[in-house]
Amino acid sequence: MKNNKTALFPRDLVMTALKQSFVKLNPRSMFRNPVMFTVELGTFVMLGVCIWIAAGETSQGSLAYNAFITAILFITVLFANFAEAIAEARGKAQADSLRKTREDTPAKKVFAVGEIFTNEIKIVPSSELRKGDSFVCEAGDIIPMDGEIIQGLATIDESAITGESAPVIRESGGDKSSVTGGTKVLSDRIIVKVTTEPGESFLDKMIALVEGASRQKTPNEIALTILLASFTLIFIIVCVTLKPFADYANTSITIAAFISLFVCLIPTTIGGLLSAIGIAGMDRALRANVITKSGKAVETAGDLDTLLLDKTGTITIGNRKATHFWPSGNTRENDFIEACVLASLADETPEGKSIIELAAGKGVKHTPSANGIKFIPFKAETRSSGVDLRDGTKIRKGASDAIKNMVKKTGNGFPVETEDKVKEIAQNGGTPLVVSRNESVLGVIELQDIIKPGIQERFERLRKMGVKTVMVTGDNPLTAKYIAQKAGVDDYIAEAKPEDKMNYIKKEQQGGKLVAMMGDGTNDAPALAQADVGVAMNSGTQAAKEAGNMVDLDNDPTKLIEIVEIGKQLLMTRGTLTTFSIANDVAKYFAIVPALFITSIPALQALNIMHLKSPESAILSAVIFNAIIIPVLIPLALRGVAYKPIGASALLRRNLFIYGLGGIIVPFIGIKLIDMVLALFM
Amino acid sequence: MNTELTGVVVTFLLTVLLAFPLGRYIAKVFRGDRTITDFMNPVEKFIFRFSGIDPAKKMNWKEFLKAMLTINMLWFVYAFFLLLFQDKLPLNPDGNPGQTPDLAFNTAISFLVNCDLQHYSGESGVTYLTQLLVMNFLMFVSAATGIAALVGVLNGLREKTTNNLGNFWSIFTKTVTRILLPLCIVVALILVFNGTPASFDGKDTTTTLQGDTIQVSRGPAAGMIAIKHIGTNGGGWFGANSAHPLENPNYFTNMVELIAQMIIPIAMIFALGFYLNRKKLAYVIFGVMTVGMLLLLIPTIHWETAGSPAIEKLGVAQPMGAMEGKEVRFGPASSGYWSIVTTIISTGSVNSMHDSSMPLSGMMQMLGMMINAFYGGCGVGILNYLVYIIIAVFIAGLMVGRTPEFMGHKVEAREVKIAAIVTLFSAFLLKAGVALAAYFVAHHPEMAWAVKPSAWLNNPGYHGFSEMLYEFTSANANNGSGFEGLGDNNIFWNVSTGIVLILSRFIPIIGPVAIVGLLANKKFIPESPGTLRTDSMTFGMMTFAVIIIINALSFFPALTLGPLAEYFSM
Repeated sequence: MKNNKTALFPRDLVMTALKQSFVKLNPRSMFRNPVMFTVELGTFVMLGVCIWIAAGETSQGSLAYNAFITAILFITVLFANFAEAIAEARGKAQADSLRKTREDTPAKKVFAVGEIFTNEIKIVPSSELRKGDSFVCEAGDIIPMDGEIIQGLATIDESAITGESAPVIRESGGDKSSVTGGTKVLSDRIIVKVTTEPGESFLDKMIALVEGASRQKTPNEIALTILLASFTLIFIIVCVTLKPFADYANTSITIAAFISLFVCLIPTTIGGLLSAIGIAGMDRALRANVITKSGKAVETAGDLDTLLLDKTGTITIGNRKATHFWPSGNTRENDFIEACVLASLADETPEGKSIIELAAGKGVKHTPSANGIKFIPFKAETRSSGVDLRDGTKIRKGASDAIKNMVKKTGNGFPVETEDKVKEIAQNGGTPLVVSRNESVLGVIELQDIIKPGIQERFERLRKMGVKTVMVTGDNPLTAKYIAQKAGVDDYIAEAKPEDKMNYIKKEQQGGKLVAMMGDGTNDAPALAQADVGVAMNSGTQAAKEAGNMVDLDNDPTKLIEIVEIGKQLLMTRGTLTTFSIANDVAKYFAIVPALFITSIPALQALNIMHLKSPESAILSAVIFNAIIIPVLIPLALRGVAYKPIGASALLRRNLFIYGLGGIIVPFIGIKLIDMVLALFM
Repeated sequence: MNTELTGVVVTFLLTVLLAFPLGRYIAKVFRGDRTITDFMNPVEKFIFRFSGIDPAKKMNWKEFLKAMLTINMLWFVYAFFLLLFQDKLPLNPDGNPGQTPDLAFNTAISFLVNCDLQHYSGESGVTYLTQLLVMNFLMFVSAATGIAALVGVLNGLREKTTNNLGNFWSIFTKTVTRILLPLCIVVALILVFNGTPASFDGKDTTTTLQGDTIQVSRGPAAGMIAIKHIGTNGGGWFGANSAHPLENPNYFTNMVELIAQMIIPIAMIFALGFYLNRKKLAYVIFGVMTVGMLLLLIPTIHWETAGSPAIEKLGVAQPMGAMEGKEVRFGPASSGYWSIVTTIISTGSVNSMHDSSMPLSGMMQMLGMMINAFYGGCGVGILNYLVYIIIAVFIAGLMVGRTPEFMGHKVEAREVKIAAIVTLFSAFLLKAGVALAAYFVAHHPEMAWAVKPSAWLNNPGYHGFSEMLYEFTSANANNGSGFEGLGDNNIFWNVSTGIVLILSRFIPIIGPVAIVGLLANKKFIPESPGTLRTDSMTFGMMTFAVIIIINALSFFPALTLGPLAEYFSM
């Protein structure tokens, strides 16, 4: 499912999009896009002019020329429709492929009162499941629908959704009770309650968003549309007032020339690509395996100021690891390490395993023969674990105060240097484990959080974007501070309770900031709802998923960083293409304005700096350039402009240079080339 | 560098040098700090008590605008009737007639909106009473209105979140008592000592060297000429404006008048920096505006000093440059400088006839007015610039991947809408007016108006088009200068430019005040590294690009048919 790199224009999608571009010609749907709507109107007017000429009118130029212009205008509208349609088709295809996996899977539905006995189980197609129904899944079953486990525990292969092959455990109650349709149960048996009506899952909602049925314009899109509409109005004024100006100058201008000038001037490039850019943003989110509930959420992501990140899983690799052995006083290091290994032999926790790993790295192997060894499991009362060897040696490992108590009871002293080491480790954010043999202290094992490789660079990148990162952890403030410094986050919340997150978010928002957080538990739900962008993990509870405005199918806490970039790309693509589109007008003026007046004011030949062949070829070249620039830019609209975290001013300079200056120069070259080609035929 | 150019450079540098401390002083006045003009306190207190104004009352942007628009409307009615019946009122030693209703309409609006289009001649069209109680009065209050609107806007931007733009009445009164009045007294005194008349006597009679007897108009002119420049008004006492030897006697007064008209617009930029405590922003704005001015000025001076190519073709040498329509005591460089200064800021006074400028110099003058934000008029220049900033902020914000912000407030659909409407109206009013005029000239040349459309234009062809274009550009920019070739005292021009004037004055004031009123009400967002800084060179460049592109796209066709066609046909 992780086919993030599909081709931009697969053949079947192109066919659908081509068909759609004609369907979208319906003026009622065109009206949503004022810029392209005026182009469509212009096409109709030109069609009328063509008929007029065919009926004998002679003042408007040849029929072939007028028909050619009409055709190009029509194609311009089609190109814009195609851009939107291909973006829709791609988004839909991506969503469909996610949805397909769960369609028509047989479901073992539980009937509370069956035909024969209560809680009878019958196999029905998944499409017949309704909200509130329950079904049973056993090892080997594909889960037919999204839901929440109400009974049991199972290992589940979620690779169909996440691409992650390691199975995960889901169980009723708690924060890991959610299952997704299309995933596979590997072991055990669970009873699942359906939580959404068919057609109302997040994925269905997202598909509806992409298809345009429920797509609402985002605030920025609305503002941009207003700006583009006002540019369109300015150019209407330019064209309408040109008529009396020309009358004064005793120049007659054909309707074709007026409409060509108008269509070339209005920002058709951005107008045609605007909705495609928005859809492509949601589509890119989906390709990153994030389902968004609205286009606005993606846009907001680009504006985020503060990210709340859970320490575990985001900043550090899930568990702590042993990093050092610190033998005390006269204990030989190898002796100590051996004792550590023995104490951890039966310890199945990741910490215990990491001790053995570290020891192996130091060349100390544990004796595989565990004969006669008695394992003492961890108990809450003793807060230590260990082994009793055959010769009666008792090796224990535990929290320093637990071992201290034990040692003191027998009258042995607790070495001062161990005491100091314990303090030092704790200050550095580590966890000290003290190991003793027969009630005398051997030394300390240092456990540390392992910070994910590369995470510092990511935080640095975020900082350059102006995003503040906040680490949320249950650790004590000392540990939290140490890890925060090491990982390079800007702030931390230590000993965090769910309401702490909530308060932090509110505090930031009061300061005018936009905050994002990721969460999975039911107790995260209020904070997810409060955050401007709340990303719920797909493995999280239904409540969490309802509260957030995005769902991450990968359950990957670092995803927030990607989401921010997707949001920024979306805004940037709009901004740069707007600039490009408006900058294009300079060249178009130099092509069309001299062409309009050159017959009556020959001196204006001096403004024909591109040396276009004739007034007709100049106008045609401009209109053709105006049309083909739309499909040329579709790939850019779909992929998005690359974001570089180089600071706002540098980014603006870069984009102004590429899209502003480029937008002025490119059409000069393009129009000249088209004119040279046209000159061969005219 | 020759003496003429040195004169221009020195004048400009002196202006900036004087504007800087003035800016700091203006910021102090509105901050309420102690200043040397505190002796005006009792006067202000009397005015407030007399008018029943509580100067401490806070106003939100709607109340602020309501106060401003109401008082402006009253002034219009007052001025209109005074002009209409001036022949029946005292202080009319030359026995001048009352104005026709359409002329009174145009004149009243024209002075109310700080434009001073003057479709009459000062010597014969008005009386001493109306010169003083209408022209002079409106010159003060219109300049103060513009500055007060800007200060209201700055009040909104000064606080993190507020709906208080300050008290219009208090700001307005202080503008007159603390800024305009003191400066005018200084300038008027300089003018009087250089020969400008300040007397209530009627016309004087002189015998020329040839033995002819001529009547020389005079009057209490010096005061009006001072506020005409200090308030960027531009309406002259005499018809020939500052080309008239009594209105602008010598090169020194020429410098003084040049400095006087530019000093407040430039000082307001520095005042913005001091008042908002964002000096860097002020320097960037000043930089952009100055670059814009130089780009208009340098070519103009070049064309004017080079002389006319048409005369050159005749084989006549022009060592002095293009001297048609210019005063010998100022020369082409200083006249070129004046013509750009008076058009980029909204003064509109002239010391040479713009109708006689080289075609492309005429285009530069028109561009200065179309942009109307390179320094610009008292207060309103920065308001116009603010509209360009909002559009630049919006596009630039998107380009760096962030919802656009200005001074810590998000710029959203409503603000963009207002900025778009303001821009749109400027393009619409200007071109609709010219289109209408061109339509009458082309299709109804024999309309039975006081001046037939066929007789409107002093010149045929492209230059005639420029004359119409210039008139509406000047009206739309509230500038007031004219290509004097146009026969404009008739009902068409009086009414059409009157309407353009009033709309193009108040829409660009209401717009920015509303934008800032809305912005200031929003949550304040502290700056972060991801925020696009509006006080950077890069953003200055962006704003400049927006200004150029918007105006080029709006006006290129019109300029092609006027000055460009004329130039290429020469």
